[in-house]
Amino acid sequence: MKWQADGYILSVRSHGETSAIVNVLTKEQGRHAGLVRGGRSRRLRPVLQPGNHVNLAWNARLSEHLGTFTVEALDARAAVLMEDRLSLAALNAACVLCMQALPEREAHPKLYDVFEILLAQLHDKDVWPAIYVRFEIGLLQALGYGLDLSQCAATGTKDNLTHVSPRSGRAVCAGAAKPYLDKLLPLPPFLQGQNQVGGDDIMDGLSLSEYFLKTRVFYSQNKDLPEARARMVEMLGTALKNPN
Amino acid sequence: MPASPAGPEIENLITLLAKLPGLGPRSARRAALALVKKRDILLKPLADALGQVGEKIRPCETCGNIDASDPCHICSAPGRDPTIICVVQEVGDLWALERAAAFRGRYHVLGGCLSALDGIRPEDLNIAKLIERATDLEITEVILAMNATVDGQTTAHYITDHLASAGVKISRLAHGVPVGGELDYLDDGTISAAISSRRPF
Repeated sequence: MKWQADGYILSVRSHGETSAIVNVLTKEQGRHAGLVRGGRSRRLRPVLQPGNHVNLAWNARLSEHLGTFTVEALDARAAVLMEDRLSLAALNAACVLCMQALPEREAHPKLYDVFEILLAQLHDKDVWPAIYVRFEIGLLQALGYGLDLSQCAATGTKDNLTHVSPRSGRAVCAGAAKPYLDKLLPLPPFLQGQNQVGGDDIMDGLSLSEYFLKTRVFYSQNKDLPEARARMVEMLGTALKNPN
Repeated sequence: MPASPAGPEIENLITLLAKLPGLGPRSARRAALALVKKRDILLKPLADALGQVGEKIRPCETCGNIDASDPCHICSAPGRDPTIICVVQEVGDLWALERAAAFRGRYHVLGGCLSALDGIRPEDLNIAKLIERATDLEITEVILAMNATVDGQTTAHYITDHLASAGVKISRLAHGVPVGGELDYLDDGTISAAISSRRPF
C-alpha cells in the first residue's frame, strides 16, 4: 500500500530512541498516522513540528498497518508562528482539535481547505480569529453536526438571523428569538457572509462552536474540550479587549 | 524459549540494563558480561555509586535540580549571580548550559513543558514555584531557555504571561544559525527564525 500527498503535521510522539509516530492532516487521506524512522534526528526534528506543511509518502504492507512516512518539508510554518503567542495558541488549539475530534483515515477535503487557509493567515491577527471560528464550524460539519444557518427554524425567513438554537443547531430570526434570548446562542453576522467582524462577534462565534463541540463531539467521547483551546480563547478574549 | 545460560541474578541485571536509554537486550548482555568480568574495578564501584545516588539524590526544593544536598550546589553557590534565573525544561538542559559555562546565574527546572496532546497542564509543572521566586525583589531577569519547539515556545509564552506582573526583565534564547552551521544545510524554519532575529553587525 502506498500513497503520496501534501499535508500538515498535527502531532509528533517519540517512538523508541530514534523514531517518531506522526499524525498528519491531508486532503485525500484525512487524519493519518505513520512511523517516521529517524524522526528524532537533528535533521528531521525541525521538520516534524505541528503546523509545518510537508510532502508525505506513506508505505505499508497492508492498509490497516501503521505504515511508515517519508517526510519532506515544504513550508516551515511553525517556526514563524512561534514568535507570536496568540498565533501559536491558535495553532495548538486547531491541531489538538483535529487530533482529538477527527476520526483517522476519513477524508474531509473542505475542512482541510479551511485548515490550510487558517494556517496561512495565522500571522495576521486581524484575520485569523474569524477564520478560526469558521474552522471550528467546519469541523462540526465534517463530523456530521453542521449548523443550519440558511433560514430561521421557526419562521423560515432568511433575513435578520440573530441566534442559533442550542437544541437543533438551526438559525433563529430576531423576532422568533425574542422570548428565548436567555436560552439561544448569539449568531455573529460574519458567519452569514457579512464582512464586518468585531471582537464581540469573534467571541460569540467561539462560544457558539464551543457549545456544539462540547455537547455534540466531546461529551459523547466523555472528554472535555482541549485545554489548549480554552487557553487560546482566554488569550484572544484579553487581546480583543485590549488591542494595544 | 530456551533456558537462560546465566543464572536468574544475571538475567535480572540484563533485563534492568536493557531498560536504559541506548541499550537493548544484546548490548545489555555485553554490558552485564563486562561488569562481571571487571568485578573489582567496575561492578563494585558501580553498585556503590548506584546505591549512593538512590539514597542521597533528591530534587532541590528551590530550583528542581537534582543533587545530594537541598538546596543544590548551584542554588547555594556564593559565586553565582542570584539576580538572574534561567528557566529550563529538564535537568539535562541545565547540564547542557553548565557544560557551555556561559551562564553564571541560578536555574529553575520546570520538569517538562505544556503539551495539549499529552495532557501536561501548568499545574503539572514547576511553574508556581518559578512565579514565587520571580516576585522576589532580588530577581531582575528571567531567561527562558526553552526548546525551540511548538510545545517549548507555548510554555515560554505561558510563563511570560504569568510573569508580567512580577516586574522582571524576561528574555529568551536566540533562534538561528548554529555555530559551524552552513546555510545550505539548514532547514527553512531555522533560516526564517535567523532572518527575523537578525541584529546589527
